[in-house]
Amino acid sequence: MKSFTYERVETPAAATAAFAKTKGARFIAGGTNLLDLMKLEIETPAHLIDVSRLALDTIEPTTDGGLRIGAMVRNTDLAADARVRRDYGLLSRALVAGASGQLRNKATTAGNLLQRTRCPYFYDTNMPCNKRKPGSGCAAIGGFSRLHAIVGASDACIATHPSDMAVAMRALDAWVETVDGAGKTRSVPVADFYRAPGKTPHLDTVLAPGELITAVTLPKPVGGTHIYQKVRDRASYAFALISVAAVVQKDGSGRVALGGVGYKPWRIEAAEAELPRGAKAVTAKLLAGAKPSHENAYKLPLVERTLAGVLAQARG
Amino acid sequence: MKFDTPATTNPIDQLKVIGKPTNRIDGPLKTTGLAPYAYERHDVAANQAYGYVVGSAIAKGRISSMNLDAAKAAPGVLAIVTAGTAGKLGKGNFNTAKLLGGPAIDHYHQAIALVVAETFEQARAAAALVRVEYARSKGAFELAAALDAAIKPPAVFGTEPDSSVGDFAGAFAAAPVQLDARYTTPDHSHAMMEPHASIAAWDGDKLTLWTSNQMIAWSVGDMAKTLGIPKENIRFDSPYIGGGFGGKLFNRADVLLAALGAKAARRPVKVALQRPLMINNTTHRPATIQRIRIGATADGKITAIGHESWSGDLPGGGPETAVAQTRLLYAGANRMTAMRLAVLDLPEGNAMRAPGEAPGLMALEVAVDEMAEKLGIDPIQFRVINDTQVDPEKPSRPFSQRQLNECLKTGADKFGWARRNAKPGMTRDGQWLVGTGVAAAFRNNMNAPSAARVRLDTAGVVTVETDMTDIGTGSYTIIAQTAAEMMGLPLDKIVVKLGDSAFPVSAGSGGQWGANSSTAGVYAACVKLREAVAQKLGMNPLDAVFAGGKVKAGRRSAALGDAAKDGELVAEDKMDYGDLAEKYQQSTFGAHFVEVGVHAATGEIRIRRMLAVCAAGRILNPKAARSQVIGAMTMGAGSALMEELAVDKRFGFFVNHDLAGYEVPVHADIPHQEVIFLDETDPTTSPMKAKGVGELGICGVAAAVANAVYNATGIRTRNYPITLDKLLDKLPAIA
Repeated sequence: MKSFTYERVETPAAATAAFAKTKGARFIAGGTNLLDLMKLEIETPAHLIDVSRLALDTIEPTTDGGLRIGAMVRNTDLAADARVRRDYGLLSRALVAGASGQLRNKATTAGNLLQRTRCPYFYDTNMPCNKRKPGSGCAAIGGFSRLHAIVGASDACIATHPSDMAVAMRALDAWVETVDGAGKTRSVPVADFYRAPGKTPHLDTVLAPGELITAVTLPKPVGGTHIYQKVRDRASYAFALISVAAVVQKDGSGRVALGGVGYKPWRIEAAEAELPRGAKAVTAKLLAGAKPSHENAYKLPLVERTLAGVLAQARG
Repeated sequence: MKFDTPATTNPIDQLKVIGKPTNRIDGPLKTTGLAPYAYERHDVAANQAYGYVVGSAIAKGRISSMNLDAAKAAPGVLAIVTAGTAGKLGKGNFNTAKLLGGPAIDHYHQAIALVVAETFEQARAAAALVRVEYARSKGAFELAAALDAAIKPPAVFGTEPDSSVGDFAGAFAAAPVQLDARYTTPDHSHAMMEPHASIAAWDGDKLTLWTSNQMIAWSVGDMAKTLGIPKENIRFDSPYIGGGFGGKLFNRADVLLAALGAKAARRPVKVALQRPLMINNTTHRPATIQRIRIGATADGKITAIGHESWSGDLPGGGPETAVAQTRLLYAGANRMTAMRLAVLDLPEGNAMRAPGEAPGLMALEVAVDEMAEKLGIDPIQFRVINDTQVDPEKPSRPFSQRQLNECLKTGADKFGWARRNAKPGMTRDGQWLVGTGVAAAFRNNMNAPSAARVRLDTAGVVTVETDMTDIGTGSYTIIAQTAAEMMGLPLDKIVVKLGDSAFPVSAGSGGQWGANSSTAGVYAACVKLREAVAQKLGMNPLDAVFAGGKVKAGRRSAALGDAAKDGELVAEDKMDYGDLAEKYQQSTFGAHFVEVGVHAATGEIRIRRMLAVCAAGRILNPKAARSQVIGAMTMGAGSALMEELAVDKRFGFFVNHDLAGYEVPVHADIPHQEVIFLDETDPTTSPMKAKGVGELGICGVAAAVANAVYNATGIRTRNYPITLDKLLDKLPAIA
């Protein structure tokens, strides 16, 4: 770990101002991923701006009937919120499928979105990794790739995004609210929040340097049956091999997003039109153009079978 | 004391303290955090500096240059140890690769430097500044690709690579029912909670090492050989160990580098192996490829049984003895086993909990299940038919005790085996396909010489000193129980001190020999102390009865402590063994029963319940023994369903080298476990009449899981771990 300086800020404006003032600064909230990365010198911030005490830790109704989740709301609190459990069960279930109780107590909503891949080659600094060290190559391609992406990957990176929460948020059409150093706010759909790896896999998201997430908003509830099916070798405390987040309406229509298959929660709205025709048809559209490796080709049938099971469960 | 004839009645048979489910005497210290582990021993030496290990970034080749300038100039740095600065170093008898590599590199993450600094953070930051250039050379990293070059290895701990009885080939060819199948088991990591950690301090030419080590005397000897100093100048102290599973049988880089770092920095140095380094820096259970052939008559009698196993290791290493149990477990007149060893440039393979039997039974007990199915015989019945009460390779040697059939039958009753549908894929519970499986458990019993010293003071307190270790197994408690039983004292009058090389040399903790051997050593010392007490009190030792803190002979009675009123009484003895283990085959037996659910859509496998029935001699402490067995069953479940060191065949290392990537079971994976110990005493093993259980518990578990998965789905998997990707294309379609 490289030495760094540290300050704690009380307002978003102070946070972005502090960022502008110090070269090599990073925001830190729960730190459940960033600190690990710093110990391995994968992240080497010169300065940490602690945003964990910002007054962004409430969940409020929005004027259009949705919810605004403050960036600092802890995963545990978000999963347990009565409104979330009632109207956005998918989100609550995705959250409790992730990490462990201790980590969820610490992890924040914004931090969860910004966690980095768990690709083992990303974490081993002896190995080439374009995400960690642009231009160095990708050791995962042709290596141990059982956990890696089957869609949306590039010749430079086949990492997946590890979040469960983000998969539910994608299915729920959530938006990410931010503020930048000039005080300018914007709202980005989760759908557009993550960058395709292309030739620049070191850039995970569309956030500009110093841009701070302040909230995630959920549109008004969509009803239906909410199922988050996370598939893994170990029953708990493991990242998804794949996951299926589904909202299924009585008429058979619905939404489907996948975790564990790409650099972002994977949802293609056009594929959802196939829901009445069943899992095979949906999966064919969702994973069209998939380029699996020998080691992760199982994810294609796994997605189809898991979705079939989810749809059967939704039918009751 | 020499144990060379079967035990008769002795004070242990009173079972006033032995055999009781006693809580651990070290339990409160551990649960309150007061039992200091090696890295936490802040009080043993002042002014401790911190070492941080640099591991090789390549698997095989040479260091072409190493630039330490930036690291040396970093804040707080006190010293940097490399092969270039360390002077001439030997290699321990128990190490295959050197603990400090360079310029030649033998495996990935082999230690190549230790950076010592005032603080841990400074040492870590400076370690990242060490600049190393390497010249890579080609290595062999894939077992399957190295099979053709595999050789017949020398004997391992007296186990010959090959065995042959009768005419295997002829009998197999003639058998009306045959099985010929290939199985694979992957590399496994010990993945214990406490990393390898040590503190070293020099006082002139005397070296003290506070460490975490299972085998004190072996490791003192190896350290002396490595450093080239007399072993009398080295003291090891390892009173508490946060798990070992075989990974701490030998010295590893932490302890050597702490010693070298302390010498270089001229002050005490502490080193813990960083978690991401542990898996490639230390030892692991090697992967195996196994071929099993069984021939039987139509009524289920085995006429031919053959087991071959291939594994790999660094040059100079040894094979995984995966065929060992097949020489002893089932009857059959015509037999063969063979082990072959390939050179691999992966990290060093070595012992992990039940080496040999654990991976061997992963294959054999699936083969037996497959054979039973071919024969149309219940798998329990098939095993019972082929029971043997003698060593099938040397029928003149009986088993000292063998209750395998009783284990199977007791387990079948308890588990509800009769309700099982033998036809696979027939039981459904919602989205889950449900199945049950069984496997035999087998692990040899080994005894090792073990010494102890016992001290009696005027308060009637007996203190036991032995270099025996407690790796979480309960050694403290069973040793205290032994001394209490022998001296007629309650447990609170016994003090147990372990893990210090200044104490008499014990059997140590390995190969499940620790419990029986170390308590037998304490028994021997206590026999001597009883004699000394009786003599001091003017009683005839043969008449003296030790009970309730008193010694009685005839009408005379005295408090035990009275014998020490002129000064502490000290007795020391060692238990040595005659040839009973040659006359009798001493083994432990069990039966594992497992129920699994396989998710019909996803193929996820979840264990629903587990039962182990064990016959393993006298159970010294049923509570500690149960803990050993349920822990081993959990480890077996891991090897069945998730544990696999993923080999990168290009770079030559285990990729998933931390506890996030190398998955071991969590609580959610293990919902219900039950353990039954059959009543047994084995007078051929020691006066304790005990054997081990800590390794028996893992033996056969994975096969029982695999057999249950087959019963649930009709899918036979012969390659571990059984992960869902190996089932998906064979599971029925989802409606």
